[in-house]
Amino acid sequence: MKTKPKANSAKETDAKPVVHWKLRLYVAGQTPKSLVAFANLKRICEDHLKGRYTIEVIDLVETPRLAKDDQILAIPTLVRSLPEPVRKIIGDLSNTERVLVGLDLIPAPRTSA
Amino acid sequence: MKHNEPKNVTRKPRRRPSLPKAPTGIQGLDELTGGGLPQGRPTLLCGSAGCGKTLLAMEFLVRGALDYGEPGVFVAFEENTEELAKNFASLGHDLKALVAQKKLALEFVHIERSELEETGAYDLEGLFIRLGHAIDSIGAKRVVLDTVETLFSGLSNAAILRAELRRLFRWLKEKGVTAIITGERGEKSLTRYGLEEYVADCVIMLDHRVDGQMATRRLRIVKYRGSTHGTSEYPFLIDEGGISILPITSMGLTSEAGTERVSSGVPRLDAMMGSRGYYRGSSVLVSGTAGTGKTSLAAHFAQGTVARGERCLWFAFEESSSQIIRNMRSIGIDLEPAVRRGTLRFHAERPTMFGLEMHLVTIHKLVNEFKPRVVIIDPVTDFTAIGSEAEIMAMLTRLIDFFKMQQITALFTGLTVVGALSEGTDVGVSSLMDTWLLLRDVQNGAERNRVLHLLKSRGMAHSNQIREFLLTDHGVELRDVYVGPSGVLLAGSARDALEAQEKALTLVRGQEIEGKNRELDRKRQAMEAQIAVLRAEFEVEQVEAAKTIGQDQTRAGVLVGDRIQMARLRQSDAGTTGKTRRHK
Repeated sequence: MKTKPKANSAKETDAKPVVHWKLRLYVAGQTPKSLVAFANLKRICEDHLKGRYTIEVIDLVETPRLAKDDQILAIPTLVRSLPEPVRKIIGDLSNTERVLVGLDLIPAPRTSA
Repeated sequence: MKHNEPKNVTRKPRRRPSLPKAPTGIQGLDELTGGGLPQGRPTLLCGSAGCGKTLLAMEFLVRGALDYGEPGVFVAFEENTEELAKNFASLGHDLKALVAQKKLALEFVHIERSELEETGAYDLEGLFIRLGHAIDSIGAKRVVLDTVETLFSGLSNAAILRAELRRLFRWLKEKGVTAIITGERGEKSLTRYGLEEYVADCVIMLDHRVDGQMATRRLRIVKYRGSTHGTSEYPFLIDEGGISILPITSMGLTSEAGTERVSSGVPRLDAMMGSRGYYRGSSVLVSGTAGTGKTSLAAHFAQGTVARGERCLWFAFEESSSQIIRNMRSIGIDLEPAVRRGTLRFHAERPTMFGLEMHLVTIHKLVNEFKPRVVIIDPVTDFTAIGSEAEIMAMLTRLIDFFKMQQITALFTGLTVVGALSEGTDVGVSSLMDTWLLLRDVQNGAERNRVLHLLKSRGMAHSNQIREFLLTDHGVELRDVYVGPSGVLLAGSARDALEAQEKALTLVRGQEIEGKNRELDRKRQAMEAQIAVLRAEFEVEQVEAAKTIGQDQTRAGVLVGDRIQMARLRQSDAGTTGKTRRHK
């Protein structure tokens, strides 16, 4: 499962000029869920987007205003602001497959779409 | 709008302020809830689509911000802030200005399942943060969540959602904000997702029902923990002025009965009621068959009211205001100046425009707005088209009670059907009325004439006589009627004929009397002549008698003289001479 999408995405990115991924992780304080989410995100990015991603962690407890701008409701939320279109993923990112689908790194499985 | 509050608070004697309440500022709702929503607690507002949940909730915030100095946060899950501002601009609320003044915060929460990928455990802390931030940024005391159920369609993990909602409501309570949470009506439960489970303090249900093609919005307070409240369904109205609810059944027979009188506008009619007219605050029914002059009588009353400098509100259910003005001009009543001055207002509307309750709400609203001393409802029987008799009775009872509370004199006209019993109206409302005037057609020969009966007038001496009711070019005129030989009422030309007949008869009688007088005179003269003759005869006799008496006396004297003379001549004895002389 894991290898195939990897190959796919590699093929895509190889063909096009290198696309930089901009990811934002919204958390609310240092909660266990946000720590888990950050760890999961880091791992996935290292696996799939090595070298062409930046992760910005936004703590809404410190900057609550930003919650409105990105329409954040659930915590944690991962927002892919680049490449377009914007994608949103909620939860602690423990379901890797769903994260990959959400990030558009693999096509959505027919059954659950 | 809030003038009604003190009046109705007296209805519920509240020994101690059991529960702090946040006034909604919505007409009627504060009366129903005894002062507002539970302060610092969430209230669930549920109802089907399009029944006015969002509007009521927004009204709560706007009123709070403007009238009670309590800023509010509106969290919209369905409309974005632009749409909200647009929708409420049409209702006269400038949300953007309120936002600029920091009296209101609009928070649009967008949630779309297809755009969200759920990848594990999460919570709704983001919503809490946003809400908390919005509340803190303007110091909000009121919060509306409209409608939080959207979350259920946006997020798939119901278990998380329910836990988070429970936390949210607890959190709102801790924050001390008065909140309204709206919810869609469910099939079996109050809300589709059972929000009532979490919000237990106060539940208000809105309903939009269609009865006989007439849609009416209604409000019901399902539950209000720790407070008394009205329990019935109350109709409410949404218009450019916002929401108004009518807690009509809360009224009782507690109105003050004054002794002040108001003129009916027709002097002769006033005369029939002890020269003073109706009681102020009483209800008057003018019933009659078609074309008997009910509206004209109402116009007189209206004219008299504005002439006193009081306001008059006229609900016309059959004619437009210009039609009434034109028609009344034909009998010499010009209502237009009063309309222009603003002391007389017409509200013309077909009864079938909306349901009974709605009419009631409209009447309430207009009366509260215009504050008239006199209200005319012309005709009240048109409501039969939109309700059963029982419903109309109930509505009129409420209406009359309402007018009485406000000391408004109300005149209702009622159409009776020709051929139906003359003393009933289509609606059996007469028992509710204080004064009942009945206009009837009387048929004589080949014409119909109008007559007026004063069937009842509570609490005053009133004439029991029937009057002929004339519509002249200078208004209504009441005249005495004639009762014909066989006890038939005579009016119109028949009366005129009879009048002429009577005049002739009087003339003849006059002549007869004159003749008799002359006869008497003659007799007196004859008698006096006789007396004169008798007197003359008597006088003659008297003279004769006197003469005879004189002669007799002389004769007697002569006789005595003769006897003495003879005695002296005989010289019978000397002694008797002196005696005789002395005697003489």
